[in-house]
Amino acid sequence: MKSVGQSIRKVDGLMIATGKPVYTEDLAMSHALVIKIMRSPHAFAKITSIDISRAEKVEGVECILTYKDVPKERFTLAGQSYPEPSPYDRLILDEIVRYVGDEVAIIAAVDEKTALQAMKKIKVVYEVLEPVLDFEQALGHTTVVHPEEDLSCNFDIGLQREKNIASSFKEEVGDVEEEFKRCSVVVEDIYYPQAQAHAMMETYRAFTYLDHTGRLVVVTSTQVPFHIRRQLARALQLPASKVRVVKPRIGGGFGGKQTGSLEVFAGIVTLKTGKPALVIYDRKESFSCTTSRHAMRLKVRVGADQEGVIRAIDIQVLSDTGAYGEHAATVLSCVSYYTLPLYNKTRAVRFTGDAVYTNKMPGGAFRGYGATQGTFALESAVNKLAEQLKMDPTEVRLKNISQVGETFLTGQGVLLGSSSLERCIRKGKELIGWNDKFPCREIGKNKVRAVGMAITMQGSGIANIGTASVELRLNDDGNFTLLTGATDMGTGCDTILTQMAAEILEIPMDTIVLIAGDTDTSPYDPGSYASSTTYVAGTAVVKAATELKQKILEQGAKFLGVPSQNVEVNGSGVRTFRGEKISLAKIAELTVLGTGKLQLVSYATHGSEVSPPPYIAGFAEVEVDKETGKVELIDYVAVVDCGTVINPNLARIQAEGGIVQGIGMALYEEVNYNELGKMASNSFMQYKIPCRKDVGKVRIAFEESFEPTGPFGAKSIGEVVANTPPPAIAHAVYNAVGVRVNHLPITPEKVFVGMQKL
Amino acid sequence: MQITLTINNKVHTWNVEKDEFLADTLRAHGLLSVKKACESSCCGLCTVWVEYKPVLACTILSVRVHGKAVTTIEGVPTEAEEFARVLTAEGAEQCGFCSPGFIMNVLAMKKELINPSEEEIIHYLTGNLCRCTGYMGQLRAVKTYLGVAQV
Repeated sequence: MKSVGQSIRKVDGLMIATGKPVYTEDLAMSHALVIKIMRSPHAFAKITSIDISRAEKVEGVECILTYKDVPKERFTLAGQSYPEPSPYDRLILDEIVRYVGDEVAIIAAVDEKTALQAMKKIKVVYEVLEPVLDFEQALGHTTVVHPEEDLSCNFDIGLQREKNIASSFKEEVGDVEEEFKRCSVVVEDIYYPQAQAHAMMETYRAFTYLDHTGRLVVVTSTQVPFHIRRQLARALQLPASKVRVVKPRIGGGFGGKQTGSLEVFAGIVTLKTGKPALVIYDRKESFSCTTSRHAMRLKVRVGADQEGVIRAIDIQVLSDTGAYGEHAATVLSCVSYYTLPLYNKTRAVRFTGDAVYTNKMPGGAFRGYGATQGTFALESAVNKLAEQLKMDPTEVRLKNISQVGETFLTGQGVLLGSSSLERCIRKGKELIGWNDKFPCREIGKNKVRAVGMAITMQGSGIANIGTASVELRLNDDGNFTLLTGATDMGTGCDTILTQMAAEILEIPMDTIVLIAGDTDTSPYDPGSYASSTTYVAGTAVVKAATELKQKILEQGAKFLGVPSQNVEVNGSGVRTFRGEKISLAKIAELTVLGTGKLQLVSYATHGSEVSPPPYIAGFAEVEVDKETGKVELIDYVAVVDCGTVINPNLARIQAEGGIVQGIGMALYEEVNYNELGKMASNSFMQYKIPCRKDVGKVRIAFEESFEPTGPFGAKSIGEVVANTPPPAIAHAVYNAVGVRVNHLPITPEKVFVGMQKL
Repeated sequence: MQITLTINNKVHTWNVEKDEFLADTLRAHGLLSVKKACESSCCGLCTVWVEYKPVLACTILSVRVHGKAVTTIEGVPTEAEEFARVLTAEGAEQCGFCSPGFIMNVLAMKKELINPSEEEIIHYLTGNLCRCTGYMGQLRAVKTYLGVAQV
């Protein structure tokens, strides 16, 4: 293959790397109004009065909006396909504020200084209410985070407002309790994966203006342009046809930009004033007024027979969705979807979970989407199980993992179409030197090195929901336009999709212009999330390109005066088997221009009935200082099954980056609050993402499988890469010093204190 | 207040506020490669050169560069593209938002360190955060660019 499978440079790479002005802020009009948001200082309060009269008099203030000025229709900011499984529990501005940082007023002025000056002159009187800050106390707390009657759901997600339950989920096959009784070894433990901040380098930002027909144009750093359009239409009470959402280059998303954290504020200002408006969240707001990974408590029980065959798994989850229910239901259910099918000799499995409202920043989508939390808990429990069975943890995995052609207890009969997980585990063992290093070795007087491991799975797109459309056309000069709604956020899907189209059409990639991320011109695509673009949008591209190729072939044959079965498409044109040729440019000229009257266009819409899992086997080697509890990551090996690798370099970078985010979650990162519910980790000084000295060596290897339902055999890679570091590193730390840190992150204090208790 | 400074080899006289930071001044004058991501000298995205040494423009008052030479990536297009070609061949720009600042620091390092070890490279660049790539690809690119052997 000429394009697919090659490490091709990203089509936008040189321009973005050298700082060309292609991101949202770069494109904003210089005279746009600047928006600043006045925020609640209280975790839970009711606004009893708000006086903006003095603020409005500040010269240069264009408009100030409070809860009295916004539509009364509740909506969700979750960027999900309609009908969204997230509760409609928000107003643009509400009389009740539900966390420190919740929006109180929107101020638009000629510049930032003026807006901030006006903010100081707004007088708000609050009735301060008792907040729910501990998510383990939320169920049945006397405080109800959402007392309003007009909160609604599109369908039943198990919401019980009075009990602070945003969503409940249950899944059970077989009799778990009976099965545990038959097991020789049952392990049980409780795990606390923490809230994690996305910390993408480009903070949240959007600018808005009215176009020549009076429609609202929203240029925003988003992963989900079509969802933002629908969301704004509902929130602003406009027909969706009056909204256009444009996504320029994005400076990272990781799921954060699957939630519409700020578009609506710019949108309402432009609608009220008729003027362009720009809103940029600074780092502090990005940390404390958007979303994070849902913090969870997971109680896990795993039972196995004497041979180490896992027979029963029981997982109980409590998820902290914070003040609003964005992604509460789906992140919760994904914990189950991406853990229970990992092991397939089970006879009974059970998952029960609640996502609860608290008075903290909302949880949201974050790379891994429940799988990350679930993997930490399940894999930690399986490592504990292996120890009790006195078996090598890699052997326990090899004995129990799902095999191609099998169905899952909870999988509704869907067959596993591809997996190289067994090869991934074997390869990873070899690369890390498992047989020599497991479990640990003393290094000098106070240091010990040890290894640990974990496996994981994710999905590829959302089965029967995620649907991508593309359009491909041959232009008048013989070049092509590929229109897609897929949303490149740095991940490289513009390049990947172009590679696929070029491969099918047998043309050079630079003859294809890809246009994406504009709701006015793009065919529908849910956006880039749920590990979808390569697998779902990619298949749509393959379909459209195959159809267009056939049309080119038929036209070429017609112009050459031979039946279409006597010609082939090759590179620059169509030729007969005897060697007569017509170039693409000539076919284009004869069809598009003048007399031809037939521009060759193809469309395809693809949605998959399955969501095939990519897999990873992750291996960590750590060095622990026994005097201080400090954990240093020496080496991390991740062996990846993402089906066919479409672009090895881009896949490698995705994997390395995801592993390092996982390392951050394992060792350094934590969103935390003070006793009043104010976020304490709202800058890079308090919230530590890994720098290049913190990550040791990260090594990626690919063990390709071939996914029959995927484009060229490909599955996803974007999310699965984030999941293994927390359990693998926790395992290595345990093997080093015998301390199980179940409450992430694994800080020196926790290790040290744990060692004192041994 | 008025400052006179050399931006990318051209002399300019600009009016700036007394509390204005260099990153904002540069962006206001169309040097849009300069990105801000922390406003607190933590992330390295706003790296530009003052007197040919890398500095963090988000926390330097614009008045302090009066009379000085400031260089942004727009001022070193040939060198920047040369390294950007290596970086993007690794796929290690990903979202690209941190790349201009990173490249400015890599170019400064090349001038400052002779035949650096891997440890020295990592130390020099450690102030440049990146949330996408996990740093490994950036290191491969830097080594290729400097002609240092890959281990």
